[in-house]
This record gives sequence, structure tokens and C-alpha cells, in this order.
Amino acid sequence: MTVEPPVIQLTLDGSIIHAREGQSIVAAARENGIDVPTLCDHPILPPAGTCRICLVQVGGRIVTACTTPVASGMAVAWMTSDLEQLRRGVVELLMAEGHHVCQGCEKAERCDLQSLARRYGVDSVMGRDVDQDAASRSALPHLMLHHDRCIQCLRCVRAIKGHQGQDIFGFVGQGRSIRIAVDVTDADALSDDTAQRAEAVCPVGALIHRRALAPAITRGGT
Amino acid sequence: MRGSIRAIVERYRGERRQLLAMLREVQRIYRCVPGDAIAVLAEELDLTRLQVEGTATSYRFLSREHRGGVTIYLHDGVLADMAGGRDVAAAFESHVGTPFGTTTEDRTIGLYTTSCIGLSDQEPAALINEIPFTRLDAARVRAIVDGIRAGTPLSDLLGPRGDGQNASPLIHSEVRNNIRMAGPVFFAPHVAGVALQAALRLSSCDVIDVVTRSRLRGRGGIGLPTGEKWAWCRAAEGESRCVIANAAEGEPGCFKDRVLLTERAAQIFEGMVIAGHAVRATRGFLYLRGEYAYLAGHLERVLHGMRERRLLGQRILNTGFDFEIGLRVGAGGHVCGEESALIESSEGKRAVPRNGPPYATTSGYRHLPTIVHNCETLGCVSRILEHGAEWFARLGTGVSAGVKLLSVAGDCARPGIYEVPWGVRIRDVLGMCGAGDTRAVIVGGAALTYVPPSQFDGRLGFEDLETNGVCTIVGAHRDLLAIVRQHLAFFARESCGFCVPCRAGTARLRDALDTWGAVSQPRDGIADLARLGQLIKATSRCGLGQAAPNPFLSTLANFPELYGVRPDAQAWRPTQV
Repeated sequence: MTVEPPVIQLTLDGSIIHAREGQSIVAAARENGIDVPTLCDHPILPPAGTCRICLVQVGGRIVTACTTPVASGMAVAWMTSDLEQLRRGVVELLMAEGHHVCQGCEKAERCDLQSLARRYGVDSVMGRDVDQDAASRSALPHLMLHHDRCIQCLRCVRAIKGHQGQDIFGFVGQGRSIRIAVDVTDADALSDDTAQRAEAVCPVGALIHRRALAPAITRGGT
Repeated sequence: MRGSIRAIVERYRGERRQLLAMLREVQRIYRCVPGDAIAVLAEELDLTRLQVEGTATSYRFLSREHRGGVTIYLHDGVLADMAGGRDVAAAFESHVGTPFGTTTEDRTIGLYTTSCIGLSDQEPAALINEIPFTRLDAARVRAIVDGIRAGTPLSDLLGPRGDGQNASPLIHSEVRNNIRMAGPVFFAPHVAGVALQAALRLSSCDVIDVVTRSRLRGRGGIGLPTGEKWAWCRAAEGESRCVIANAAEGEPGCFKDRVLLTERAAQIFEGMVIAGHAVRATRGFLYLRGEYAYLAGHLERVLHGMRERRLLGQRILNTGFDFEIGLRVGAGGHVCGEESALIESSEGKRAVPRNGPPYATTSGYRHLPTIVHNCETLGCVSRILEHGAEWFARLGTGVSAGVKLLSVAGDCARPGIYEVPWGVRIRDVLGMCGAGDTRAVIVGGAALTYVPPSQFDGRLGFEDLETNGVCTIVGAHRDLLAIVRQHLAFFARESCGFCVPCRAGTARLRDALDTWGAVSQPRDGIADLARLGQLIKATSRCGLGQAAPNPFLSTLANFPELYGVRPDAQAWRPTQV
């Protein structure tokens, strides 16, 4: 028999909601029918807190709702014009940082960043400092990594493990040169199944399953 | 290669959390971290190659590409420039014959730049194979480069040894302490063991009580009450606990810990043992920033000496208390000084801050309840136990107890370390250090704040100007906007890249300021930039990201004319969040 965690009460923009102890604010809000906008968060994955979209205000402090656990009596503000302005700002930064041109992208209309850009009225623009050359892509037999579309949300790192539970995806580099990488010596990393799961979990068009089996280009990876 | 990598792994008993130490060894031997080494380390430590590569590419002094038999890291920040660093950089490039960021074709010399290396009072300075070379000029650069080419050992290229322990065989360095004002807490004579003896006579709760009554607060910039932190950690559940000394000061212009580590290491370590007794920990370590690796041998010897005198190890001072201290050495980068990134780094991972909660006091190093303290805080702890809480609390002001070590550098006659009581005015600091006509004082801490002359009566302390002691003096003749740009470039370079506002926002702010004034219609208006700064400050994940826009925001508030904004203009003021 499993013991249910105790139910606690908190408020979201003044309305009382119920949550289970240990839940994140995002999860509790979601269960109460409130969708705090998220990007790096995924319901079945541990939180990462990288994208900073799910900002909420708790006791005067701005925190990310995905990494902050609920507490009894907590008063959370989420739909305020200031927070919406900050969220819009984060979306703008993401759109300007990478090469996010929706037209022609395989992930168009299935892309979480695109939805957020629409919601906040941010144009899909050409990034300023990204040139779309081969170095911005790595091709694996079944998977194309578009580094200039990656938002470093860590969803693939958190979601996809190999047969022995080993990480398949990881990050290398630091600061602006941080990029996602795959261990090409790991057979699990190269499988078709991994590629399918990667595309599904990626919120943007950074990981694309290569449906037509094109000849493998061995560039990139690690 | 396999054999030598295995030997390295064995030396660290195959412990995964020592991966950074192993990678430092690999870099030292091969002058890079080769792919084969990554493969062997992964295999031996049962990690994925990507985990090893992730760590190997997260630190300034580790590299995948060959960095030359002799690797030069020249500091290229604000204080280097103020001391003529550009000329020194040009001299290096012309004599080495390769641009910065590259290694000579024959792989003899690698020429790279780095952020503040804690030698702000003796710039321009460089680390050459981890050895500090200070007060450089073009002639000296030529001599050093010629010497390297001739195969002269680097230690033979050093200038006269510095003062105090700098001249000791284990440091053997030309670095100077420049202690300009000695006070009762740090630079009065320190007799090892006195404080510890006093602490061990008390129960752990009583030690916490003494420290609480002393009103000691953290010296790193955040200022948490130390006693409170100890009480949280002591009360947290865990099979054991950990005490960490943060010796990874990395903010531009901060160098006080370097001097403390050189002259008062035993006092810091003693503070750690006392903290260990208070929170019921059995071990701890000092995380030494990679930039100070030249002090590692000296620190090991101080620890050895303490063990011999039963101030460390088993049955300390013949009581039932056991406590051991180790040394962890970083590999470069400002973010390593962020408490949770430091912990990640100590576990052999990438230097990336953690999400909180939980915080270190409940789940820190290896998920044990952990306290991380600035070296200066731990040094204060020793004196508090030696002289009593009341003695310490009487120093300073009503709100800010004790003294503060200032790292003073820039446009002044006497740069160096000042031990002053809290509450000292900026104006007093300028007088002490012999500053002339001053345009701004950059006060460090939770963020770099540019203080204008109209606020020079402001007092350093938790009630007014909170600070980690960085006071960078900017003379009236300086181009302040150029300094703001350099600080923004620093934060953009040092961003770990993990969260969006710091990674993307800081770079964008830097780029916008770089073109500010150069084009008639800047891409972003000043109001947009102010909003961007507020966004980075409000939404970044760790304190470093939150601090990043402050050089811009504080000059916008205090020196609006830099941006063509009239002091009374309201248009740029962002919505308060």
C-alpha cells in the first residue's frame, strides 16, 4: 500500500487550490487546470529550470514554478502583467539567440517555442549571430542535430537513457558555445528508436528523426 | 596513454568525484584532454564519454586542443587594462608570434587570455603554467618569451620573491601581499590551536550560540548570518555533514582570499574545524580556484602541520572529535565560486549551479547537509572563539559586526589589502589608498555597483553598501563606458550557459553596449536595454547571472549621461517587478 502524500492548500492568483506535498508549483497548477507556460519542463521528467519561462512570484520573489515545491499556505501570483512581460522577454531572447525560422522547419506547428512565440507576439526572425552552415548541424544515421535550434532545455538528456540506464545526450562547452552532443561510440545513441524518442521529447526542432535513411555523414557527435 | 591515465585514476583511488583532479593531471601532461584520455577515464570510472567530456569542456584551463608546452593565460580584464595590459598583450602577441586564443605551430607556447586571476594590485599579470607573473611590461614579456624559447625553467624567469610566505619554498612566487592596513582579526599574530581549544571546551550548540551572538555574517557578498546557517545544517538530517571553504573568489578586483591563503591559511582551516565541531561534521575541504593552484603545495603543508599538532585528524587536541580537511583544486572560471556550482565541481561534474531548494545546508556535497563559507568568514570564526562574541561584535557598527577585508585596486597610490572596521566610508577608503580625482568606485559583492562621487559618504556594511570588499578605484580620466563594456564582456564570457537570461541576455546586452553610440540608431533603445537588464537580474538562475547586468544598471542610474540620458529623465526607468 502506498501512502499518499498529504494534501495541502495554497493560492494561485488568490484562488485556493489543493496540491500534494512535494509537487512543484507547475504540476499543482496543471492539475488544477491552470497552464503556467513552460518550455524545458516536462510532466514526467525531473525539473531542470533552464528556460525560465514558468516564472511566478512567491512572497515578493520571482522563482521558477517548475523547480519550486508547493508549501502549505503559499501565495503564488502567476498571471500578472509584469510576469508576462518577463516571459515575453525570455521568449524574445530565445528567438534571437538561435536560428528559429519556422517556415520550412520540420517541427513547425509541433514546436513549443513556436507556440510561445505566437502567444507572446514574438516574430520568427533570423538570429543575429548564427550562420546556418554545416557546423551548426551534426548528422547521425537516424538523427539530425540542429545545434542552432537547440535551446539547452536538457529534455533529451533527462528523458533518453540507453539500455544500461546510461545518458545518451549531454552538454559540452560553456557559455554561448555550450552545445548538445551524443556519444557516437554508444550503439544505443545511434539507434532509430533513440532518434524517434529524441524528436518526440525535443520541444523545438533541434533533434529531428531522419525518416528517410540517408547515407550517414560522420561529421559531429563527439 | 592508457597506462598513464590508469595511473592517474589509481592515484585518486578511482573516485569519480575526483574527475576534475584527474583531468587537471591529464591537461598538465598532454597539454590538452585528448579523446583517448576521455575514453579511458570513462571506462575506468564507469562514466559515459559524454560525462567526462562535459566536465572537460566546462573549465577555462582544460582544453580539447593542444595549448602548448608552456601555456600563458594573460588576464585581460578592467584592472589589467588600467595598468597598461593592452601593451603587454601586444608584446606577447608579437614575441610569441601567434594571436591570443592559439598555440604556436611548433606547440611550444600557447597564448590565451583569462578573466581576473586575483592579482589586481599588481597588474598586468599572467599565469604561465599556473605560475603567477606580475607587474608585466613589454621588456619583461620579451625576456620571458625568450627564456621559454631557450628552455629556461619558468622559476628562473621569476622576478624577486614576494613578501611573507610568498618567498617560502613551497610558494616561491613573485606575488606580493600588499597588506596596507592590518587589523585585529586577520593580521594580529595568530597562535594556532587557541581558538580550537576554546571551541572544543564548548558543546556544539554553545559554539553556534557564540557565533550567533557575535552577529557574524557571510563575507562573500550575500551576508547570511553564520550562526543561523550552522543551526540549519546541524538540524538537517544526514548520515554525516560537510564543511567547505570557498576559496574561489572570481569577481573582477577580488584578491583578499589569495592573501589570506598565503598568510593565514591555518586560521581559515581552524575556522573549518570549529565549524565542523559546531555542525557535527567529520570532514571538509577547501575548494581552491584553479587560478590559485600555485598555493596548493603550501596549503597541503599547513594542513600537514596541523595534523602533526593534533589540530586536525583523529582525536583532535585529545578530545573525541575527529575532523579531516582535504584540498580540491578547480580549473578556472568565475562560476566555480557560486556555492552550488562549487559543489557540483567538487563532485567532478560540470561547474553549473544547482536549482534550489533544496539548498546546501540540507542537501549539498554528495547530498549531505553542507555549509559553504567564504575563507574570510572562517577566519573570523577563529578569532571569535579566541576572543569572544562580544569582542567581535564591538568591532564595526551596530548592524555589521566585525571587520572587513577590502581588495583595493585601480587608480590609487597604495593598492592592496585593507582590514577595516565595517562602517568605513568610501571617502575614507579613497583617503587611505591615496586616490586622486575619482570618477567612480566600483564596489563588489552580490553585484558590481558603480558608486558616483555624490555617494562617497556611503558606508560599507550590510546596512548601506553591502560588499565582499572589492573597491576598484576609477580615476576621473577614465572612459567609464569602456569599463562597463568590459565588465559585461566578463559576465558574458563567464556564464555557464545553463539558463537563458544569463546565457543569451548577457551576451545581447554586451553586444548592444559595444555598438552604443557608434551607430546613430541603436538596435535597442535605452529603455529596451534597461528592461533587458532587469529581466536578466530578475530571472537568472544563480547569483552570478542576477549580478551580470549591474555594471550597466548601476551606471544607468548613477551615470545616466554615459547613455545620453538626462539625470531627471524617467523614460528609461523600467517597470518595477
